[in-house]
Amino acid sequence: MKRIKQLPRFMVTVILFLIFFFPFYWMFITSVKTLGETVIFPPSMWPEVFQWQNFQQAFNSIPFMHYLKNSIIITISVLVLQMLTIVPAAYAFARYEFKGDKLIFGIIMITMMIPGQLVFLPLFVMFSNMGLINKLPSLILPFASSAFGIFMLRQTFKQVPKELIEAAKLDKAGEFKIITKIMLPLARPTLTTLALLTFISTWNDYFWPLTLTTNDSVRTLPVGIASLRQIESGVNYHILMAGNVMLVIPILIAFLFAQKQIIKAFTYLGDK
Amino acid sequence: MSEICLKNIRKTYENGTTVIENLNLKIESGSFTVLVGPSGCGKSTTLRMIAGLEDTTDGEIYIDGKLMNHVEPGDRDIAMVFQNYALYPTMTVKGNIEFGLINAKVPKAERERLIEEIAGIVDLTEHLHKKPSQLSGGQRQRVALARAMVKKPKVFLMDEPLSNLDAKLRNQMRSELIELHHKLGVTFVYVTHDQVEALSMATDIVLMEKGVIRQHSTPHEIYASPQNIFTAQFIGTPEMNILTRDKVNKCLELQPEVGYIGFRPSKVKIYEEGDETKEKFVFKGSVLTREMLGSEVIYRIQTKMGVIAIKVFNDVELEIEDEVKLSLAYKHMYGFDYNKDRIQGSIL
Repeated sequence: MKRIKQLPRFMVTVILFLIFFFPFYWMFITSVKTLGETVIFPPSMWPEVFQWQNFQQAFNSIPFMHYLKNSIIITISVLVLQMLTIVPAAYAFARYEFKGDKLIFGIIMITMMIPGQLVFLPLFVMFSNMGLINKLPSLILPFASSAFGIFMLRQTFKQVPKELIEAAKLDKAGEFKIITKIMLPLARPTLTTLALLTFISTWNDYFWPLTLTTNDSVRTLPVGIASLRQIESGVNYHILMAGNVMLVIPILIAFLFAQKQIIKAFTYLGDK
Repeated sequence: MSEICLKNIRKTYENGTTVIENLNLKIESGSFTVLVGPSGCGKSTTLRMIAGLEDTTDGEIYIDGKLMNHVEPGDRDIAMVFQNYALYPTMTVKGNIEFGLINAKVPKAERERLIEEIAGIVDLTEHLHKKPSQLSGGQRQRVALARAMVKKPKVFLMDEPLSNLDAKLRNQMRSELIELHHKLGVTFVYVTHDQVEALSMATDIVLMEKGVIRQHSTPHEIYASPQNIFTAQFIGTPEMNILTRDKVNKCLELQPEVGYIGFRPSKVKIYEEGDETKEKFVFKGSVLTREMLGSEVIYRIQTKMGVIAIKVFNDVELEIEDEVKLSLAYKHMYGFDYNKDRIQGSIL
């Protein structure tokens, strides 16, 4: 009886799993097919022979390591800069009252509502005037801080009981120690989630690196992978997908490690 | 020596509410001083101002003769225990105790020795590597105490440290705190709204109401000789019976300045033969309610003067609506004037 009652729940779980899993499955299975298999109708769900050399071909068709290096430099720089700007800002908004604090916070929140496509033209002109086009800073600086990050971390900091900070003050801890030893360890789930979201959005970003670069020198992996399409004649779906598989592997690994912390970040802060 | 002196302290919050107006208080060195009063009386604010966690609007705070107004909390040579313990959740018990020592730049070997010593005193040695979330309420309280003790401060400040514990543990911790005070010999300033805690632990009680000190005495004196009706009713359970002059006038002849009389419920006796003497006042009433406390029983009794409470030993059984004759020695009556302040001379 109990099992029957759980059946609808089970079914919903399976359907949701399929919806989210299928694109990944399709990407992977296409990446190991032959070109012929990718275009036949009805589509095949399993390759006759796994074509592992597709990965090698994708790797060799473009300067893969060059793009990878750019992606890593940009992603790590953005992550570090965001942490350096978000943490003090969130702490100040959460713990201090100062003139205009609500107004400034409001303005920061409003920036979340402005789509990136709207500001890219003025930014392009600005970077161009500064001579930064086709240089790494033009892909890093626009993402050096994050309004969403400030907001999330401020909420987490606000949940920390004020007695903890007072106890630390009585323990001779200064602001820097309070942030690094008390607040940040408590906010670890939020920080991990923010870092992962930033990592994914920066790593996968296609629009910005494409529009702010005019040659390959600082282009990133997503732009590079997309260029696999134009190789030889027609679209080589299997090679393109092999490139995509290589692109998402770091994200999947990061997600596997951060999973627990992400779940924590969206539940109560815990032990008061 | 670590005497605390508050001079003309005023505290007004940003929204304009004044919670403390011209407070003057001297806390003797080595005393166990309890600030007690109903919620909102300013006792916690006073403690937090001594700690430096709250600024004073006006006035001066001295610890050990030194002006403290602009000294950081960490440099006041004090330690504080909070109501919710305020343990650092991400650190182990050892980390919690050690944090202040690291910040004070105590060398590692010395830190280890101090932690071991304190953990032994508060019985936490085997829990040093646990996180606070793995400990019971009593153990967490002990970690909070250890964290305070390890700094060897001149003054211990405690803000309702026992109110999150269950009744049994609270009693136990009460004795432990008294013992600790004897052992350390430093000044304790303790805030509570519980008069039983105040009476049982303090060497000095400061009773506050609406930001004003109503009485500052020893526990015995504050119980036996309250200076006003507020003190008389706040200290002691059940509270002192207070009857207005117009109700009592029918039965007793009072001095003209007496506005109220009061007497402790425990001083009223069930009438026995021979009680009708010059020293005793005998009156009648009927039982309204009965509260059994174990060895004692509290009855509420309707008399001509109004409803009074009496507390008697559990050897007389009275039922509800029973008529009862009571006696009260005149010497146990307190007189208060129309301003609700105590009249020291004779009231009859």
